[in-house]
Amino acid sequence: MTDQETLNRVTAVVRDQLDDDEVSLTMDTVAKAVDGWDSLAHVRIMVAIEESFGIEFRTSDISGLDNVGDLVRLIEASR
Amino acid sequence: MAFDIAALPWLPAAPANYRQLCRDLDPANRGLGHELRRLATHKLDSAQALRFANALKRLRGASADLQGLSGFKLGLVSNATAEFIVDAIPAAAARHGVAAEIVLAPFDLVMQSILDPSSEVMHAMPDGLLLALDHRWFGAHKPALDPGSDGFGMLKLEALDAAVTQVNVSALIWQTIPVPPATLFGSLDRQMAGSVRVQIERLNQRIVEYAARPGNYLLDVAAFAEQGGTAKWIDAAAWNLYKLPFALELTPLYADALGRLLGAIRGSSRKCLVLDLDNTLWGGVIGDDGIDGILLGEGSPAGEAFVSVQRAALELKSRGILLAVSSKNYDETARGVFRDHPDMLLREADIAVFQANWNDKPSNLEAIAATLGIGLDALVFLDDNGAERAQVRAALPMVAVPELPADASWYATYLSAAGYFEAVSFSEEDRGRAASYAANAQRSAILLKSRDLGDYLTSLEMVIRFERFNALSRARIAQLINKSNQFNLTTRRYTEQEVAAVESDPSAYTLQVRLADRLGDFGMIGVVIARAVSRQGEVWWDIDTWLMSCRVLGREVERAMLDHIAADAHATNVTGLLGTYRPTTKNGMVAEHFDRLGFKRTAEGEDGSVHYMLALNDHIASRLPHREAA
Repeated sequence: MTDQETLNRVTAVVRDQLDDDEVSLTMDTVAKAVDGWDSLAHVRIMVAIEESFGIEFRTSDISGLDNVGDLVRLIEASR
Repeated sequence: MAFDIAALPWLPAAPANYRQLCRDLDPANRGLGHELRRLATHKLDSAQALRFANALKRLRGASADLQGLSGFKLGLVSNATAEFIVDAIPAAAARHGVAAEIVLAPFDLVMQSILDPSSEVMHAMPDGLLLALDHRWFGAHKPALDPGSDGFGMLKLEALDAAVTQVNVSALIWQTIPVPPATLFGSLDRQMAGSVRVQIERLNQRIVEYAARPGNYLLDVAAFAEQGGTAKWIDAAAWNLYKLPFALELTPLYADALGRLLGAIRGSSRKCLVLDLDNTLWGGVIGDDGIDGILLGEGSPAGEAFVSVQRAALELKSRGILLAVSSKNYDETARGVFRDHPDMLLREADIAVFQANWNDKPSNLEAIAATLGIGLDALVFLDDNGAERAQVRAALPMVAVPELPADASWYATYLSAAGYFEAVSFSEEDRGRAASYAANAQRSAILLKSRDLGDYLTSLEMVIRFERFNALSRARIAQLINKSNQFNLTTRRYTEQEVAAVESDPSAYTLQVRLADRLGDFGMIGVVIARAVSRQGEVWWDIDTWLMSCRVLGREVERAMLDHIAADAHATNVTGLLGTYRPTTKNGMVAEHFDRLGFKRTAEGEDGSVHYMLALNDHIASRLPHREAA
């Protein structure tokens, strides 16, 4: 799966979790720039990504994420 | 895996456009309660459950008509991240007939939220409070092997109990605590005072005792964790990352367990199991294979599988669940198996209504509900045929229809795991109910032979017994108050605790009514609560609740009740009685109850409710076919 394909799936998950079809993500997007992506929504999104991609993040992986690009690379490394 | 309970395999898969379906729910529509129940009755992932929760919130905000679901405001305190539970509860509860609204206390603010009346949870005045606490809150996640050091969790539990008994909620829900899979000594843990296992087992024992008190309920989370597997339930990474109390994939199972408990508290558990015959109660098709050709009985794996289905049905019957049959067959052919097959555990007398014909299943289910005098939402329909299941779900969304696997060996497991018949109490009346319904068939036979209704009623030799509410009958009274839908003038629901309060309220008049006849004992069949009110210096009794079991319709019991109330009122210098009819979708049969009894209409409310009065001077006692018990 390419970065773009993973990004598209992440975008779909985030739209679903935030119930907002207008959300648009790039590799450089940071969470606080997205309406509604607060700390609780972050937990929801991370858990939904685990559910959707059938992966499990490691405890140590989660804290180092700076933007959506980091998340996309983490998903690919976890598959 | 043959049976993965965490996947709730008895539920059908959610439609692909689920999110859109939730959005399309229009608060202006009628029948939303049934539509919500239909939407909730699917396998839902966390996002879908959240969509449902948001849709319900939106409808409630728009004051939509949610008839068909009972409301329940639930306060929730937890020592973990409970937001995912909160997201999942509305769909799970709607599946069991409840429109749930959840107020969540802030993370880990347990005692603070309970003890502070102005906390978010207590300020919301919830109907129920769920104590969603696990071993970590009790400090039982670590061994306490030093002598005398293992009492901390128990002290905390006692402090919690002291706090919650001061709280004014009608339902207090306790959770048992799952034992984590990790051991210190191995099997010795179970024998070792202070091991995590022994600490938790002691706590659970006490929790079970607390939950047995009136107004307290038990959510046996430990049992559900066992069923899902504690190795899966206790998710160390999910705790460290997100402080989730258990693995996320088990949230649907947890939420469904809570949903069925809320349903049982509100009296919306199912009452009747409707069974298909061919390939559900026996292997093969009786019309084609004949009584010698069907698979049933010990000795063959397939035959034993169907025996286990029949055994499960009989066990349900023994706890008061009604059994019925709906099958596409000729009546004589189908009944022949019940009469003549040596390995049938179920016999004709076990079946309250037998519908073997060529009508479609929805029509038969409607006939069964009508014959038994119960709602369609009291039915569970077990059928191996996927097409029949889909037809019933489409036509009658209020009927529960479990998905079934290919192997009949699992049918009983699916039926039990789906939790349709959740109970919060078990009374002598439950034990006798199936027999009582069966005797109704004989009564109908007498009716055919009698010349007129008066003869018939006299021939029944009915004995009626009136008593005020008392502690002994409290559980059954609360059960009737929460279950009766049709012969119920006001459909006001009260918990057992509230019933206890009415018992000792000097301004309240209460009546419980029992009926027996020469064919059987119906047990308690009527409940009345009235309250004294003052009008221009005179005392009137305002009838808050009047309900009756539909099993005794057409027997003049309501007239006997009125005569008794009037006599009691007269004896205490009451001027007369006030009545109210509050219409619901189910109680149309009593719309003219007070008119028939000679009450005068005084006012009509905007919601369709009608107010009545009856001055005792205008009341004349009837000649009735019952004898009053001494």
